[in-house]
Amino acid sequence: MTSAIQVHDLRKTFGHTVALDGLDLDVATGEIHGFLGPNGAGKSTTIRILLGLLRADGGSATLLGGDPWHEVETLHRRLAYVPGDVALWPNLTGGEVIDILARLRGGVDEKRRASMLERFDLDPTKKGRSYSKGNRQKVALVAALSSDVELLLLDEPTSGLDPLMEAVFRDVVHEFRQGGGTVLLSSHILSEVEQVCDRVSIIRAGVNVESGTLTDLRHLSRTTVRATLARPVDPALLTGLPGVGDVVVSGDRVTCTVGGDDLGRLLEVLGTHGITALTSAPPTLEELFMDQYRTTSTATS
Amino acid sequence: MTALAVPARKAGVGLTGTTSLLRLAARRDRVLVPVSAFGLAAFVALSAKATFALFPDLASAQQGMASTLANPALVAMYGPISSLSIDSIATLKSVLLGGVFLALLAYVVVRRHTRTEEEAGRLELLGAGVVGRRAALTAAVLLGTAAVLLTVVLTVVWSIAVGLDPAGSVALGVSWLVMGLSWVGVTAVAAQLTSSTRGTAAWSLGALAVAFLVRAVGDTAGGDSPARFLSWLSPLGWGVKVSPYGENRYWVAVLGLALYAALVAAAFVLLDRRDLGSGVLPSRAGHDRSPVRTAGALTRRLARGTLVGWVVAYAVLGVVLGSIAGSVETFVDSPEVADMLRAMGGDAGSITDIYFSTELHFAAIGASALAIALVTRMHTEETTTRLESLLATPVRRTGWALGHIVIAVVASAVVMLVSVVVAGLVHGADVGDVGGTVGRLVGAALSTLPAVWVVLAVAVLLYGALPRFTGLAWAALIVFLLLGEFGDLLDLPGWLVDLSPFTHLPALPGGTVGAAPLVGLTLVAAALSAAGVAALRRRDIG
Repeated sequence: MTSAIQVHDLRKTFGHTVALDGLDLDVATGEIHGFLGPNGAGKSTTIRILLGLLRADGGSATLLGGDPWHEVETLHRRLAYVPGDVALWPNLTGGEVIDILARLRGGVDEKRRASMLERFDLDPTKKGRSYSKGNRQKVALVAALSSDVELLLLDEPTSGLDPLMEAVFRDVVHEFRQGGGTVLLSSHILSEVEQVCDRVSIIRAGVNVESGTLTDLRHLSRTTVRATLARPVDPALLTGLPGVGDVVVSGDRVTCTVGGDDLGRLLEVLGTHGITALTSAPPTLEELFMDQYRTTSTATS
Repeated sequence: MTALAVPARKAGVGLTGTTSLLRLAARRDRVLVPVSAFGLAAFVALSAKATFALFPDLASAQQGMASTLANPALVAMYGPISSLSIDSIATLKSVLLGGVFLALLAYVVVRRHTRTEEEAGRLELLGAGVVGRRAALTAAVLLGTAAVLLTVVLTVVWSIAVGLDPAGSVALGVSWLVMGLSWVGVTAVAAQLTSSTRGTAAWSLGALAVAFLVRAVGDTAGGDSPARFLSWLSPLGWGVKVSPYGENRYWVAVLGLALYAALVAAAFVLLDRRDLGSGVLPSRAGHDRSPVRTAGALTRRLARGTLVGWVVAYAVLGVVLGSIAGSVETFVDSPEVADMLRAMGGDAGSITDIYFSTELHFAAIGASALAIALVTRMHTEETTTRLESLLATPVRRTGWALGHIVIAVVASAVVMLVSVVVAGLVHGADVGDVGGTVGRLVGAALSTLPAVWVVLAVAVLLYGALPRFTGLAWAALIVFLLLGEFGDLLDLPGWLVDLSPFTHLPALPGGTVGAAPLVGLTLVAAALSAAGVAALRRRDIG
């Protein structure tokens, strides 16, 4: 499997602020990679280094096999970028901006342009200053998707879109991947990442704290199990099991958490006490996300 | 920005929160306003003091300034002198020029707190709080008015302190009050008419340019020409008509105050009739396709509107320059004055040549302003993050920057050429030698361009190396202008005056040209620009 983006030990400081503190990131060709992290974690800084807008202070970044700082011209023909807060020229129309950005990138795919305008329900004749936030976002999305590229760098691209348009966005990104494209999607909308992404990287304070498929990450994280039992169980028995924690027993009810690999063993033991009701909730991405933030913040403090 | 047209609540007058907005605005301008007021007052007081020091008595002053008094080029620039008193001679250059600067200050303050805020969406943020619909405009008008009053009071007090006639100094204050308050009103209206900061600038500054030209024609018209009345149609003309240290016509203040009141009232009426974020003039739908294929073409497309405006303005300037030229010879009737003018020009040019040379140097300063405006658009593109979208395409920074530099170079040359070709046609038809006049003026206009390039290059260097200080390019231009205007008067050291590229321009038409200064200026410009672009290549964007 080749990598579309390979970042190793990337460092960037702005004055006294450390934005990236040895970031690693690997995005495989043909995948949709979710890029998660709280505000100020360094997501935009990473993307701007990948775009050759910022020069890294240390470490290495490879984009489509090239150097993002030196090979701007050749690399940028093969990618498109959508920022999270799109600024348009106040006196150019959306249609004009779409044409200009796509042409600079190497050409407009007329069929795609027309179909994207229709799917995103965008009026291309309005002047930049009269678009709402969501519509400015659509202009940038249509511009990015109207040219023939192999990589999309999307920095919170759906901010300001309504749920209907978010759904269109998800479809469009899926189609792009089916056509062989790669996507780096920085986002705050966890449900979006959960529905769209093949793999995710969670970054915090300029460091990649977790990378993997959602299944991988769920394994690393803990599942909450709630059971009602026919015969009461000794809490010490459960606590003694590998990977089980947070055990609370009250009467016939048991609540505990368990690591993904140890779920089977826990259920076996509970089964010997006669399970009358059982819920097992795999962690949502949100819980993973929060979990990561909590553990790393306690680790760093 | 979808503007919901929620009508102002009938109950209130929409002024809630004006005090807090005014306090916020005053805080943001706590450096700009006092420093400008101090600078303008110092400009009057110090140049008057220098004049007193230069001329021991009235007779020597009159003799020393005779050339100035008789030169219509300078009358067009500064307005006619109020009287032949020493106070009047000492303030000749500062009355109108200072008034124009004060009008600019009023414009900057009012625009900053109305349309600029609205375009940036910050007004929406404030408007969502407990702030009335009219509060922002009220605060901006109050702050603009306060800036004008502060400047006027400081100037009057300082003028009296350096020994200028008190009655005349008050009249000077009245003159500036009229000009400053008029542009508080003009800008307030312009901010309602258009829906962009740039549009507001175009209307306000366009009105300033028209007002200046109208009174220039009026002030230079012959003794019984009906065109003299034109000066009464321009607020800047009123400022001159106050005639400080001469007739001291205080009553002209009534005209200024009436215009101010009318314009501010009109601005509030317009404000009530429009949505937040929009202008009264509608924003039309446009094309859905664009023929632009390169970054350079995009830069040209974006500069188009500005360029058209400047070409029109410079064509009008050409008409004015060409028509005034006809009366230059008749203006100067005494042979002594003619001799002195020639001596001042340094070469054996005719008086008309000296007139054109002086005016073209001023026109070149204007063209430099255009060059700065076009070059500093790079900074605007970067701060608005539009540059990010462009640089995410295969566009290279250097190519993009060169595109802006080329446009600025071409545009400044085009406006200079337009003005001299028009002036040459008008004056040439007058003297019966169109071809010769146009040819000589074109040569003269071209000879000013290297100085324009140096100013342009300063802006490129600032943007490339110190983007946060890009605005200092404007300060540099003002310093160059003041060095040229007041360097001799204030007896500044030669090396300081020589910092201004305009000092090194030949006196064309009529004078002789040495290649060295022009080549030198061009090389300096090339070196500064190259350094700026090189710095841009290496630095972070955004």
